[in-house]
Amino acid sequence: MRFCRHFSLFGALGVLVTLLGSCASLGTTETSRLDLVKQRGELFCGVSGKIPGFSFLSPEGTYTGLDVDICRAMAAAFVGDADKVQYRPLTAPERFTALRSGEIDLLSRNTTQTLSRDAAGGNGISFAPVVFHDGQGLIVPKDSGVQSLQDLSGKAICVGSGTTTEQNLNDAFAALGLPYTPIKYQDLNQVVGGYLQGRCAAMTSDRSQLAAARSGFADPEEHVILADRLSKEPLAPGVVGGDQQMADAMTWVVYALIEAEERGITQANVDAMVKKAEADPSQAALRRFLGVDGDLGSKLGLPNDFVVKAIRATGNYGEIYDRHLGPDTEVAIPRGANRLAEDGGLMIAPPFT
Amino acid sequence: MRRRNLFIQLGISIALLALLGLLINNLAVNLIRTGLGLGFGWLARPAGFALAESALPFTPSDSYLWALTIGWLNSLKVIVAGLVLATVLGVAAGAARSSGNRLLSSLAGGYVALIRQVPLLLQLLFWYFVAFLGLPAAPMGGLIKLSNQGIQLLGLNLSVEFCAVLVGLTVFTGASIAEIVRGGINAVPRGQWEAFRSLGLAEGLGLRRIVLPQALPAILPALTSQYLNLAKNSTLAIAVGYADLYAVSDTTITQTGRAIEGFLLLLLSFLLLNLLISGGMAAFNSAVLGRLNRSR
Repeated sequence: MRFCRHFSLFGALGVLVTLLGSCASLGTTETSRLDLVKQRGELFCGVSGKIPGFSFLSPEGTYTGLDVDICRAMAAAFVGDADKVQYRPLTAPERFTALRSGEIDLLSRNTTQTLSRDAAGGNGISFAPVVFHDGQGLIVPKDSGVQSLQDLSGKAICVGSGTTTEQNLNDAFAALGLPYTPIKYQDLNQVVGGYLQGRCAAMTSDRSQLAAARSGFADPEEHVILADRLSKEPLAPGVVGGDQQMADAMTWVVYALIEAEERGITQANVDAMVKKAEADPSQAALRRFLGVDGDLGSKLGLPNDFVVKAIRATGNYGEIYDRHLGPDTEVAIPRGANRLAEDGGLMIAPPFT
Repeated sequence: MRRRNLFIQLGISIALLALLGLLINNLAVNLIRTGLGLGFGWLARPAGFALAESALPFTPSDSYLWALTIGWLNSLKVIVAGLVLATVLGVAAGAARSSGNRLLSSLAGGYVALIRQVPLLLQLLFWYFVAFLGLPAAPMGGLIKLSNQGIQLLGLNLSVEFCAVLVGLTVFTGASIAEIVRGGINAVPRGQWEAFRSLGLAEGLGLRRIVLPQALPAILPALTSQYLNLAKNSTLAIAVGYADLYAVSDTTITQTGRAIEGFLLLLLSFLLLNLLISGGMAAFNSAVLGRLNRSR
């Protein structure tokens, strides 16, 4: 009996050692994360889950938003099914650790691309092309009469933790030589709570998040977003650095969404476009893009028709934007810098050749 | 038999060491894989963020190390004040529960019952968002000036964030301490109460001089763990905007990307703090026991 007990203890330890050993060996081998995702048949995607328009839990209990659609497009391209995504809601400080530790395959969580986050000596993340050009701003109650940063001298400002937001806030005020008191919370909900309760004269965050938060206020029209832009915040999905196959696959799925908008390929007409391309050999570029000809997909380690799969799942970039941030939504952020380059924005895809 | 035991112990020790080795190896392998070695050079770099309150002068151009130190001092401030106030509240409530006074004991009972059912985070959010931020924006009161921008107590300026954390921790821990004190008092034989009453001592005096000293050996060990809990629970301060060590570490980790080093420092700081608390309590405990034994 006694021996049995010891035996099972040894057994348990043995199992643990083997498990951990396999973790370590997994860490050293040089397979791409993309192979793991394809093998698993499911994508682990890190999102926020708390930002309306980007990633938010809908009343039906599913995640929805621009960041979520990026995950869905990736899953459609990688494993052929946009619903094969496991979402991990992450706080800002958790996200890079979750990515580095392998808990998630891909981070699509309102993340600003910066040098330190990109560099191997920093967070070591490979970023996809920007999916939303944002900038940090300040929101104030309309009746406070605050017009600019100068009016906020010496005031308390509510700010969320674990983002570049705190540093940008400091840089902006320090450059003007203005004193201020940062009241820092961990969560955007608490930042909003502190601001609405009158603890702070202003609240700062990316303008997209301010607009999203304001849509939930009892009296949205009583709050204004100041014209001052504290930073440029290009938001981009990311994967662990040093894994070129995974990074390239992610990058070109994003480009495919943009290219599809440039070409006028939508969720509704994508199948007709494929038929058209198949029937008309003169449409060389379209045939390559949709995987009718050539091997663009397989160069990335993806099926040749990955573009078609992604667009069937989510539509092109413009459709995704309008669905979650367009004028008919509650968040309603003007497209501005996020228009296609041909329309005066910053969105452009390199050639699919 | 003995030999086999030795063999088994040796085996388990080796297995545990191997396990630890593997964990460290995993960490090292993963760090190398992501191109990050362990390092602490970043501690000397300027923090670049401001802090709402600091016991010593701090500007954003000071180092991360200094920012973390300020955070640690902020933690220490709320923990020490919390320990004192929670003890006072807990002893009072515990004594009230054991007192013969119906009103007092049911009031104390209600307090303990209510507070122990509600999670601490929820209580902190209540104290902060409802109680303190619910105060008017313009100061009210005389000696104590109250407003949702800060509390002025006899010339002492306290932020509402500090007050919310302090009150939350005090009320929450006080309820647990009250139960411990009540248990300790109940462990003192009834005869002791009858003895001091028959000597004509007043209830309060008898409680203080006769019962509580004898209850101390039963109270102190459990009290220590409540103190440690209070210290650890203080990290919830970030939920209500107080710039404690955890809040500062949190910003530091995101800005530098040094999660493992940041958490190691956090771990060591709390280890140090809790070793100080438990060491102090152990010394106090043995002093009490020594005195009690001498007086017997």
